[in-house]
Amino acid sequence: MKVALFVPCYVDQFYPQVGIATYQLLGKLGVQAAFPAAQTCCGQPLANSGCEREALPIYKHFVDTFQDYDYTVVPSGSCVYHVQKHFDKLEQTPAVQHVRATTIDLIDFITNILEIKELPGSYPHKVGLHLSCHGQRGLHQANESEMTPVRDGQLRRLLAGLGGIELTELDRNDECCGFGGTFCVSEAAISGRMGHDRVQDHVRNGTQVLTGGDMSCLMHLQGIVRRQKLPLQVLHAAEILNGLTS
Amino acid sequence: MSYLTHASRAEAFNLDHERTSWHDETLWFVRQKRDKAVYAVPEFQELRNLASAIKDHTLSRLDEYLAQFEAAAQTNGVRVHWAADAAEHNAIVLDIIRARGATRVVKSKSMLTEECHLNPYLIKEGIEVIDTDLGERIIQMRDEPPSHIVLPAIHLKKEDVGATFFKHLGTAEGLTDPQQLTEAARQHLRAKFLAGEVALTGVNFAIAETGSVVVCTNEGNADLGVSLAPVHVASMGIEKLIPRLSDLGVFTRLLARSATGQPVTTYTSHYTKPMPGREMHIIIVDNERTQQLGRPDFRASLKCIRCGACMNTCPVYRRSGGHSYDFTVPGPIGSILSPNIDLKKHSTLPFASTLCGSCTDVCPVKIDIHVQLYKWRQIVSEANHLPTAKKIGLKFMGRLLASPTAFKLSGSFGRRALRLLPYGLTHNQTVNAWAIARELPEPPQQSFREWFAQQPQPAT
Repeated sequence: MKVALFVPCYVDQFYPQVGIATYQLLGKLGVQAAFPAAQTCCGQPLANSGCEREALPIYKHFVDTFQDYDYTVVPSGSCVYHVQKHFDKLEQTPAVQHVRATTIDLIDFITNILEIKELPGSYPHKVGLHLSCHGQRGLHQANESEMTPVRDGQLRRLLAGLGGIELTELDRNDECCGFGGTFCVSEAAISGRMGHDRVQDHVRNGTQVLTGGDMSCLMHLQGIVRRQKLPLQVLHAAEILNGLTS
Repeated sequence: MSYLTHASRAEAFNLDHERTSWHDETLWFVRQKRDKAVYAVPEFQELRNLASAIKDHTLSRLDEYLAQFEAAAQTNGVRVHWAADAAEHNAIVLDIIRARGATRVVKSKSMLTEECHLNPYLIKEGIEVIDTDLGERIIQMRDEPPSHIVLPAIHLKKEDVGATFFKHLGTAEGLTDPQQLTEAARQHLRAKFLAGEVALTGVNFAIAETGSVVVCTNEGNADLGVSLAPVHVASMGIEKLIPRLSDLGVFTRLLARSATGQPVTTYTSHYTKPMPGREMHIIIVDNERTQQLGRPDFRASLKCIRCGACMNTCPVYRRSGGHSYDFTVPGPIGSILSPNIDLKKHSTLPFASTLCGSCTDVCPVKIDIHVQLYKWRQIVSEANHLPTAKKIGLKFMGRLLASPTAFKLSGSFGRRALRLLPYGLTHNQTVNAWAIARELPEPPQQSFREWFAQQPQPAT
């Protein structure tokens, strides 16, 4: 199995430790991932801002970079959703179709391709899970409160299997954090308020470590945690899973 | 002409932190009631699929169903009028009122008449128009537009209502007891009902097969108005049609559960023919709906049954209030309907969303609201209604992100700049909106790609 690692643009620049954790975690699970150096971005920041046309060269570049791999694994459901959903604007060549079908979120890859349902190790902390909307409602990696009261999902299951871990039960299990790409600056007041409310739900219910599968939500929430000097640690799920000691 | 953006109005709304919390929690409570009602119906998703299919089908042959509806209504003795736009609609209403020599009109809830700005038009013509829905009556006294399509006065607290009734109904100053306030409104409205000469209603569903219209209320005010007044005028958009009476049950099961978490609205009133000696009119209004029907990407927005679930679930709506949208229908559904009416004026509404998708998931007729928001963004951009600085920045970003070399260089430059520049500059809130509520990420020494390049590579 030829697997490529796509490290989202902002993760590459600001959260290299998340890329490193993803790379090392895949290695521990028996997958030697390649990192095609030509990679840049999936184009979502432009397209969500209304500049889909300007994003087309980025889409093409993404397909060129990853077309020769069986899977392109990404530690961010949001980018995956964008590739799967919005690369429909490209001519649907076999390469484009292949890349759309095989670009996959890290946790989805672990759960459904590697078929690993449990990881050995313990993590004796109270962990709050932030569901990214694109991972949850877009890629169906977790149940939605709009449909069912049952709180379930891929990452929730992986984490719940760890020794000593306690998962936070939030008042609102899956409300959006308010990041929203350029929304975070174009609607700064609402975005900040949504993030504040999300963080407060975790504080109120005792979260010590705030985690999730999407670093963009976490970047926003971490910015608020640090501004308000709250005693919360923010980590991407790959960092937790890669750092496990059994 | 320049317009206020959604963001600027939302920012103003947010200045009152406590009130924003209250608004958010009040609507979240309604969303939770909806969830409970939905979870209790095992076939709820099946009902959504059915409702969506019925509406898709109806829209696909709307012309035929409209003609069928008109013929059936006429057979019932109803006078049917066609209005191309708001002005025609309002003129028809006035003509009907004048023909009876009437001056007193009672009106039950109708978002279409809000859209047509009927009230100010009639009042200017010397007609007294009284909104008889409690929430509508409160905001009518305050001269405010509704902030929600189902809960028009949801932006007001009981203290606000007490102050309004003190001023307009002479209730005791400082009265905040909801039951006493409601009783005061009830007494006031009773007199208006008894004096009403023409009753206006909206329409929730129009049944092509029978020519009848169905109005759903919780207060029974539509019934009371129509039963007492000699003339009933029902105003409906062309998209209100469903083919058969037997289709109605699908929608009544979905509507109240989605709207307020009730199993059904308290009153589901069917109006088919006028009582002997009385008049019944139906006005069928286009007002740009045909234009929306002609847009394949946005056609599905006409499936909306006006339940308001997308507002209650929207994290942005709950924290910015209905008035921040400055359109008759606020919230996610309003943000995909309004650009059809005036793209420039409403150009910021498709951006008043994180595209979280919750609106789409609660929509009882499965409108792909967040997908349409995304698509309207592309059209706003193509029409050059994006703020100039944003457009230039995005174009630059597009070129940067298509080139690995430029991306690598600018990334390393940016991180270094972030490390070296003083905090006051990087976190200046005038130039950096990110820093208003948040810290920037701490720039690492190395990017991932720099780290990776230093790793020993396995033999391939």
